Amino acid sequence: MSTIHHRRRRGLALVGAFAAATLVLGACTNGSGDDDSNSNVSKSNTDNDKTGDKVVIGFSAPAADHGWMGAITKAAKAQAKQYDDVELNVAEGTNDVNLQISQVETFINDKVDAIVLLPFDGAAMTAVARKAMDAGIVVINVDREFNSPFAARSTVLGDNYGMGVSAGTFVCDDAKGAKGKKVAEIAGIDSLPLTQDRSKGFADALKKCGLKVDNRVAAEFTVESGEKAASNLLQAAPKIDYLWNHDDDQGVGVLAAIKNANRDEFVMIGGAGSANVMRDIKADNTVLKATVIYPSTQAADGIKLARLIVQGKSMSDLAEIEVPRQIKLAAPVVTKDNVDTYIKSAFES
Amino acid sequence: MSDALKHDPSLTVPASTPTAPRGDRGGSLGVARNLGLVVALIVLCVVGVITAGDRFASTDNLVTILRLAAVLGVVSIGMTFVITGGGIDLSVGAILALSSVWATTTGTQDMADSIGWIAMVFSAVLVGTACGLINGLLIAYGRVVPFIATLAMLASARGLAELIADRKTQIITNQGFTDFFGAEPLGIPVIVIIFALVTLGGWFLLNRTTFGRRTLAVGGNPEAARLAGIKVQRHTVYLYTLLGATCGIAAVMLMSRTTTGSSTHGAQLELDAIAAVVIGGTLLIGGRGTVVGTLFGVLIFTTLTNVFTLNNLSTSTQAVAKGVIIVVAVLLQQRIANRKT
Repeated sequence: MSTIHHRRRRGLALVGAFAAATLVLGACTNGSGDDDSNSNVSKSNTDNDKTGDKVVIGFSAPAADHGWMGAITKAAKAQAKQYDDVELNVAEGTNDVNLQISQVETFINDKVDAIVLLPFDGAAMTAVARKAMDAGIVVINVDREFNSPFAARSTVLGDNYGMGVSAGTFVCDDAKGAKGKKVAEIAGIDSLPLTQDRSKGFADALKKCGLKVDNRVAAEFTVESGEKAASNLLQAAPKIDYLWNHDDDQGVGVLAAIKNANRDEFVMIGGAGSANVMRDIKADNTVLKATVIYPSTQAADGIKLARLIVQGKSMSDLAEIEVPRQIKLAAPVVTKDNVDTYIKSAFES
Repeated sequence: MSDALKHDPSLTVPASTPTAPRGDRGGSLGVARNLGLVVALIVLCVVGVITAGDRFASTDNLVTILRLAAVLGVVSIGMTFVITGGGIDLSVGAILALSSVWATTTGTQDMADSIGWIAMVFSAVLVGTACGLINGLLIAYGRVVPFIATLAMLASARGLAELIADRKTQIITNQGFTDFFGAEPLGIPVIVIIFALVTLGGWFLLNRTTFGRRTLAVGGNPEAARLAGIKVQRHTVYLYTLLGATCGIAAVMLMSRTTTGSSTHGAQLELDAIAAVVIGGTLLIGGRGTVVGTLFGVLIFTTLTNVFTLNNLSTSTQAVAKGVIIVVAVLLQQRIANRKT
């Protein structure tokens, strides 16, 4: 009897140990999966890739509270790893400008060669970026622009206005000149200039074919805010023909709200280009028919540019001797027809 | 509240007795109370030196830590008074945002261009003070619970900031303002000097004046304070107004650091400020407060952040460490305080 008890107890202990091990393993794999598993960066296969002088780069970005921002840091790290001559110091993401300023100050103290900076708020980070430039550090501004040309050596930007134009043009093409189509828009954080640019581009493109945005709400790039904004919007607009959602991460919440409201009378267009959304477009069984890309490899580009500038190299496919002051990335529309081209570069949200 | 009071022997001393061992004036008790904090800060510094060496132990880095600490520090000193007085204020981050936005509107900046940058400082501090005054009046005379009154202020001040700024970031164009507050006389940034002055002022006010003793009395036992002739309601208004003013000062500091005013400034500042005050040894139920402890609380948090930044560690890990430090510091203090009293 007692041996049975004993065995049972040992069995329980085994089960317990196994459960604990699974938990620990699970936690570990979650953490390490974060690194650079499916990143889509590459070297450029030119002489520029040859190992040169060592370059120490400081990198700071806002908190990775959604997929796109997470992908930004992941791609930057992966890019740095491609080069033996790059040492990347990553200050962890923060949405507190006071802290982000302090991170840049630490980089200045450390006398890094370059800083790649995706500011939480471009204007608020301008002063400290200027200070870094004055200290002789190459500053590459990514995505959210500073308000002074002296604060960065070079700037990598997504085309926010172009995203709006792409989405609006897609709507116009799809509507084939039909008037009176109802268009709705779910924007991102309204206080950011990038959101204002996207909305302006969308409105401008729609105007060309006689359409306008009938309903507009703003979310905050998070799933939760997307769900909230979308359910309000769907309440307010009983019938929609087109819906443009600025951001595929908040889009997860938007789709949930659409599903809850049992609505499928419209065509939805995404923004940013997450892998989830591209898979939906490929499967063609939801309201999602297209998305507009906003590259999540901008900071990786920033790393490459920083390295080139510090090593005194030029961009091999341009005639210029110096790396350009500003690079604006394209915002193509992804549909079922071309999704296979872009799904490789999509980010997991 | 009364339950908690019973557990703390020091609180049974009549509230109006000026020699009561409270504040920082408790001699050996004060030292003992801060000992856990000193140990924690030293441990952090040792970890910093071991992991980052000269990068940590340099003057530049010290200045970086102090600059980061300044904004949180000034608000936390104000918060020390409100919490010591038995209240709480959740609206400090929102008040800071509103002050920064109000002080950077084109209207204010035009005024600053004609009569000098002091106009921006004046308007930030005035807006902060006014918000604090409203909080105080609601709580003292409207009899709204502090938690609710300041929660309402949190929502409405940030909302008003967004309305005024149209959710945009307002850039400071006044060169005089950025030059003055960006200066570093003798290598010490102006905002760090302000932080030091506010801390000194706070310490003096809490430990060396009637105002300070009244604050302790009101927080320890409002009824006894009233019987002792203290105008409790009026004093409560003063405390929240004081905190509002420190939020205004902190807004000026953050404005100079970012050269902007924005409705997103000071997000979740209230949590950091309350945490810094509480790990500093100020009783959350009021009646006992320490400005020096708060200073340590702020320095521990910012040094922790700095050590993590220097070692490329994630902010998520940092948040966990912060939580652990709060609990450990409070447990340590309780142990030491219980042994001594």
